[in-house]
Amino acid sequence: MKKYLYAAMLGLAFSAIGVEAFAGSATSIVVQSTTSTKNSGFYDHLLPIFTKETGIQVHVVAVGTGAAVRNAMNCDGDVLLVHSRAREEAFIREGYAPRRYDLMYNDFVLIGPGSDPAGIGGQKDIALALRQIARTSATFVSRGDDSGTHIKELELWRSAQTDPSQHSGDWYREAGTGMGATINIAVGLGGYTLTDRATWINFANKSDFTILSEGDEALFNPYGIMRVSAQKCPSAKIEEAQIFIDWLISDKGQKLIASYKTDGKSLFFTYPK
Amino acid sequence: MRCALLPIQIDRLWLKARHKPLLRDISVTIKGDGITVIMGPNGAGKSLFIRCLHGLSQPDSGAINFAGTPLNSDIRQRQALMFQKPILLKRTVQQNLAFVQSLRADILMADIERVLEQVGLRHLAKQPVKQLSGGEQQRLALARALLLRPEMLFLDEACANLDPASVGQIESVLLEASNRGQKIILITHDIAQAKRLADDIVFLHHGQLWEHSPADRFFTRPASEQAQAYLDGQILI
Amino acid sequence: MSIFQEALSTAFLLILQRDADLMEIIGLSMQVSLTALFIACVLGLPLGALMGSREFRFKQSLRGIFNALMGVPPVVVGLIVYLNLSRSGLFGALELLYTPTAMIIAQVILILPIIAALSSQILEDLHEEYRDLFSSLVVPPHKALLAYIIDARYSLLTIILAGFGRAISEVGAVMIVGGNIDHLTRVMTTAIALETSKGELALALALGIILLLLALLVNFAAQQFKSFQTVQRYGGGR
Repeated sequence: MKKYLYAAMLGLAFSAIGVEAFAGSATSIVVQSTTSTKNSGFYDHLLPIFTKETGIQVHVVAVGTGAAVRNAMNCDGDVLLVHSRAREEAFIREGYAPRRYDLMYNDFVLIGPGSDPAGIGGQKDIALALRQIARTSATFVSRGDDSGTHIKELELWRSAQTDPSQHSGDWYREAGTGMGATINIAVGLGGYTLTDRATWINFANKSDFTILSEGDEALFNPYGIMRVSAQKCPSAKIEEAQIFIDWLISDKGQKLIASYKTDGKSLFFTYPK
Repeated sequence: MRCALLPIQIDRLWLKARHKPLLRDISVTIKGDGITVIMGPNGAGKSLFIRCLHGLSQPDSGAINFAGTPLNSDIRQRQALMFQKPILLKRTVQQNLAFVQSLRADILMADIERVLEQVGLRHLAKQPVKQLSGGEQQRLALARALLLRPEMLFLDEACANLDPASVGQIESVLLEASNRGQKIILITHDIAQAKRLADDIVFLHHGQLWEHSPADRFFTRPASEQAQAYLDGQILI
Repeated sequence: MSIFQEALSTAFLLILQRDADLMEIIGLSMQVSLTALFIACVLGLPLGALMGSREFRFKQSLRGIFNALMGVPPVVVGLIVYLNLSRSGLFGALELLYTPTAMIIAQVILILPIIAALSSQILEDLHEEYRDLFSSLVVPPHKALLAYIIDARYSLLTIILAGFGRAISEVGAVMIVGGNIDHLTRVMTTAIALETSKGELALALALGIILLLLALLVNFAAQQFKSFQTVQRYGGGR
């Protein structure tokens, strides 16, 4: 009996190694990505088509923009797909990527409970909406995780000339977690939060929450894509990474992105050529 | 046939624990074959004494020689010790003996059957030891000791708390072994048992040797007052 | 329908349909955690036996370290493994980050202290009991170690199950070093975290129920193994 057990365990050990060998033999790249693109189902829509056409496997690691950029700086990704213009430019300035490509955009929206305790309903000016929240001390849940959405949110508070960090722990709650988890918290607390539209449309646990402010130019949310530099990361899969980017920004890729819809709503928009 | 580990020469044996002497300057020579019984009140140092003879405890000073050779691991492998509370592996009777068999190249699987027969445990071979009675456990310990075919066998109150039948069976096996030339050194508080078995008596008290005499003389005319008092059932101070 | 009812029926359906994605995730979870457990036992049990039965310098310090490591948060272990396996880290050239192997390494580090520290305690008790006998029989050290492990097998099995429990239920470390990559490094716990973050609470809970069932199954199998052994050894004769 004991012998069988050992044999079984050894077998498992070797089968794990087998998985490794298989994963290594196919050409694959790692994409360090924001959670919003991942959670929205964006990759599930695109990647099977890409892999079928090129034979390149794409492994997506979804973390906040801040973490994605740091991981890419450690060369733990071949492609970086994020949404924070300032971070992206710094990344290129420091030589980690040769250039940035405009991939697509959507927008941020302010969501909150149907009861709308701060009385925002339909206020298009996001700065005014945020000021309203601060004045009524209505609960606001922030990502607080150095993600693209968090960086954008802080920008918006600055433009509203309000410093919510003074009220941290009071009405301003910093969750320190991903977009979906943050919405879960907002729903639990009956508070407001800022989210990208794609995540919101795909989010299942909406409760009675709705979009309360949208359409302000300041809410524009552009996504950029880059491959890491061959000088900084000599072992990165430069060629495959470039194939992936070229495919995404080609007419075909852009059409596929624009055609991705949930409940009849487009999640990402492409730039006119 | 004479035991090749004799004589045992013990010279000026001292053992202290936390500055308290537990064995004081014991010098004695055990020459004869047969059964040597070690007697003495509780706390006399009897157990410690045979632990020293088997190398389980280290004396602070003094010498122990077996047929002129100091105790070493070869000599230890020619000895066996039965503890007051038998130490048995948490396995079956058979597996306990098989473990010993796996240690020594000269023991055969057939020997296991033989010693089980000898101590009357053959019908319990597949039982886990925790299901055995106290007497059965001690008989298993005896079987294990016999399996080793020791030239010298120590028993540390191995018959305490056993029923008369178990005691009788162990004693008859010991006498048989002794007749085959195995040297037996046992500790007991049972004076009747000592009278039945002993060829000579070593009497210890407070870690000191008071007497080493042939059994018949010890029980009729002990040389020391202490031994006389012990035999009379008095409390020794 | 409450979320619990929905979760239960979802779990039931997923199992019934033998959902391909789910089977893949379960397979990987078991493969990673059982492999990690096996390695941790191969290293940890002899180490525990050594700490339980031998005297050597720094033994108490070593024990203290293992005891403390039992409480290290998985995230910290994940971070340390990440920094070492990162392409810019010490072992970056091995390209192990975001692979099942990386997850196995993290889980071995997580459960090795449990196996070593707890087994050393149990084996020490057994050593106290057997010491005089083994000394009397002049048992060579390697045979003594083996005897301790064999005779403490049932208590050790409990420890091994505790180790397995920590491995299979852990999310922080495998999330960081595995990356929760679909079809490659997604296991039960990271899938649960992902579905929770998508707001798919019923699906997440359903996966949680399945994880619980898996753990029950493993414990049940261990129980069977134990009683089978007992019957084989003690009952039924030869």
